[in-house]
Amino acid sequence: MEKILFYILSAIIIGFAVLSVTSRKLYRATIYLLFVLMAVSGLYFMMEYNFMGAVQLSVYAGGIMVLFIYAVMMTNNIGKPLRSISTKRKILPFIIAFGTAILAIYAIYSYQGIANVHEATITSVDQIGQKLLSYEKGGYVLPFEVVSILLLAVMVAAIVIAKAKKLVNQEKN
Amino acid sequence: MIEGVSLFEILSLTTVLFFVGIYGFLTRTNLIAMLMSLELMVNAEAINFVAINKYLSPAVLQGQIFSLFIIALAAAETALALAIILHLYRLTENIDVKEVEELKY
Repeated sequence: MEKILFYILSAIIIGFAVLSVTSRKLYRATIYLLFVLMAVSGLYFMMEYNFMGAVQLSVYAGGIMVLFIYAVMMTNNIGKPLRSISTKRKILPFIIAFGTAILAIYAIYSYQGIANVHEATITSVDQIGQKLLSYEKGGYVLPFEVVSILLLAVMVAAIVIAKAKKLVNQEKN
Repeated sequence: MIEGVSLFEILSLTTVLFFVGIYGFLTRTNLIAMLMSLELMVNAEAINFVAINKYLSPAVLQGQIFSLFIIALAAAETALALAIILHLYRLTENIDVKEVEELKY
């Protein structure tokens, strides 16, 4: 049962990812990306990492996708398709990506050292919070604080960069 | 771990996802579409961290916490990149990498 569910989720992830990078309508590509992100969160839920799944849903599918949709709406004519690239210029990227993927999968399957651990442990949000704020050995309080400062800096920078000014063309007139 | 699914299958899935992202990054010319391919790649990384954590050492939380940091950094990067793209659009009314040459020389 879980195996079938995993394969369905994989099919959704791969299928919509391919659609998302090949669709010529940018708005549709964004929605396909949303489906990929939700299927990935389903994968986290299947691995019993409920907190990760919730974070993926709320931050990625909730926050980042809204940003993307706003950016697409502000910069593109939604009905107008993206300019197409000739098939000749798609061949080389396809060969590079496909060949390297085959190579990587071959390398993964030829590795013998992995021993599966069969332990059913469910990590609670409590444990993650303790670990994130622990300042003992193996604790993550410093990266946590650095990330929080980074987020603050990014917020200020995004506001400063995207602050509305007059259009250049209007200034020229 | 997922019942009946080995680590190899999850790693194959993320590999394919990553290289779909690479293909998109190489073929797209619109800046927002390129950023979306980047998101696919970042997602593949995050799944890798979580899956390896779950399959190889479920008692520790390292992989999960790394994935949390990856998601936070991806959010920050996306917000900043979209701000830059919006500003570029205001300056040039165009976000196609073939035609934008503001920073070229």
